[in-house]
Amino acid sequence: MQTPTYQASQLAAELRLPTNWLDYTILGIYFAVVLGIGFAARRSVKTSLDFFLSGRSLPAWITGLAFISANLAATEILGMAANSAQYGAYTVHWYWIGAIPAMVFLGLVMMPFYYGSKVRSVPEMLLLRFDKWAHILSSALFAFAAILIAGVNLYALAIVVEALLGWPQWVAIVIAGAFVLAYITLGGLSSAIYNEVLQFFVILAALIPLCVLGLKKVGGWDGLTDSLTKTHGANFTTAWGGTGIGSANPLGANWLTIVLGLGFVLSFGYWTTNFAEVQRALSAKNLSAAQRTPLIAAYPKIFIVFLVMIPGLVAAVLVPKIGTSGSDLQYNHAIPYLMQQLLPNGVLGIAVTGLLAAFMAGMAANVSSFNTVFTNDIWGRYVVKGREDAYYVRFGRLITVIGVSASVGTAFLASSFSNIMSYLQTLFSFFNVPMFVVFIVGMFWKRASVKSGFWGLLAGTTSAMVNYFVIYKKGIIDIPTDQGANFVSAMVGFAAGAVVMVIVSLFTAPKPAEQLEGLVYGTRSPGMEEPPAAGDDAWYRRPALLGWGAVILAAACYIPFSF
Amino acid sequence: MTDQSGPSGYSDKDVQREVTELQEKSATAARIFDLRRIIGGLFVLYGLMVGIAGLTDSDAEIDKAQGVNINLWTGLGMLLLGIFFLAWLKLRPTPPPAPDAVPVPGPGDDPAEQKAE
Repeated sequence: MQTPTYQASQLAAELRLPTNWLDYTILGIYFAVVLGIGFAARRSVKTSLDFFLSGRSLPAWITGLAFISANLAATEILGMAANSAQYGAYTVHWYWIGAIPAMVFLGLVMMPFYYGSKVRSVPEMLLLRFDKWAHILSSALFAFAAILIAGVNLYALAIVVEALLGWPQWVAIVIAGAFVLAYITLGGLSSAIYNEVLQFFVILAALIPLCVLGLKKVGGWDGLTDSLTKTHGANFTTAWGGTGIGSANPLGANWLTIVLGLGFVLSFGYWTTNFAEVQRALSAKNLSAAQRTPLIAAYPKIFIVFLVMIPGLVAAVLVPKIGTSGSDLQYNHAIPYLMQQLLPNGVLGIAVTGLLAAFMAGMAANVSSFNTVFTNDIWGRYVVKGREDAYYVRFGRLITVIGVSASVGTAFLASSFSNIMSYLQTLFSFFNVPMFVVFIVGMFWKRASVKSGFWGLLAGTTSAMVNYFVIYKKGIIDIPTDQGANFVSAMVGFAAGAVVMVIVSLFTAPKPAEQLEGLVYGTRSPGMEEPPAAGDDAWYRRPALLGWGAVILAAACYIPFSF
Repeated sequence: MTDQSGPSGYSDKDVQREVTELQEKSATAARIFDLRRIIGGLFVLYGLMVGIAGLTDSDAEIDKAQGVNINLWTGLGMLLLGIFFLAWLKLRPTPPPAPDAVPVPGPGDDPAEQKAE
């Protein structure tokens, strides 16, 4: 889930880390390897399909880890730790109910349509099911959002690097931008994905020691929960405590808005229709691998919550006033603060590398999905049609340069007007919702007419924004926190999109049944008929088993946090 | 309202055909290097660097880390992960691409794996 809580903000100067030559060597080696992957992946780029979708040829473990990594950007890591320091164990909802069911749904239900129809992007799927207006609107919205989110990442990186390492902001923006530009322009999606997989392991190597030492410092898990119960109340370390409808809790949401707003609308919107995620699965080598991509990602996702939540909770114990006027430290400083307090040189270098890698991967995921949508869905479809394939590879490289430059521009803009960023981030937190409603109605209701896609998308987008920026911000209805308002806006966007689609469909002609093959639930496309590759029929590779296993495991994880 | 299958009748059949053609010409499957070698190599190197730092850590650094020699343990963990990837690569090498998809290697097409190290 895009982290709505992460607000890039100036970090306190006393967070400067005592880095030495060893830490910088570790960081330097990482940057060299990142570039090396770009150069080495370059020779695999021959067609536009290689550049934009890795030739649909990657194994499931790579696409699965890239799927999780594209989401595990540094804004997510710092933001979720902040969330935990502020709201406590409620953070688990963003993972167990706010991610796993949607990821399993993507793998089991939607992937046969996505992968089997051989579309190259999420908007292209809308072109097949609806019409060019839905396609143009969704492509344009996505391309615009991807660039701005990449810019947000870059700006957030610059602030963290300035505080931790003392580099001026513009140096960090230019260096990180240049590296991302270099490796994506060279190797395309393959090099973005390979770097994401690498980043996944470096992040684990950074966060695990931090959690171990943090827990040791506060007397283990029991010491942690005891201290938090004393200072923050008993609900702080439970998942559902205080979420009854009408009762007050720090999150400002009740169980219904958590389950429907976060667990259903926001989560399904992000995980099943955000192309930066889905693209990883579309690059898998066959349908079985594509289905397993989000399912393989689901297992680490269930446990990653501990790696981001524990530092947040530990920081709430060590600095009880964190995030309030009684302390210089803000919620976002939880992880940098623990890094500074606990990690010796060496592991500190790994942690800094992990954070920078996560920032770059978060940016790269958006850039690599942006260039695909812009080239295939906008430029190649409506502007310069029917040129030879090599032209589109060249154009893809060119638009990557332009996209990264625009992100760098956004980052510089943000560093002058930082409240623009918090505004934008809120906007994106429910950005995928209208996409999702259009998808889900189009996929399960064959009567949904080709015109309804565009109007549903437009109505959903507008009403979610109106609900958040007018009705909530102007205080017309009373929702205690921004988080709670996010959930409600998402539900409003979903409902408005669905209602408008139904009304428009009833007044316009349905799409002929023969054109719906492979696009609507219950029909099949030729791509779905592909026989499983050798070895893919093994029991541990069966999507249904993997998927339901993840759902059961996530549900079981709730048990110790529910009483 | 009947000609709504997209601009100039663009339909799922066109996508199927286009992408299938591109996939036949695609070079990724045949030419992409094996990522396990990179992860393995990097983590063995990091593991050794951090582990050796752990062996030479002063008491002050160990005290900072709550009395745990965290560099040593992290280094060891990273080393093991690196060895795991290299062993996996050794036991299950990259499958050769399907015979009909093997491109003729041109000059300068030496294995790219070493370049990234």
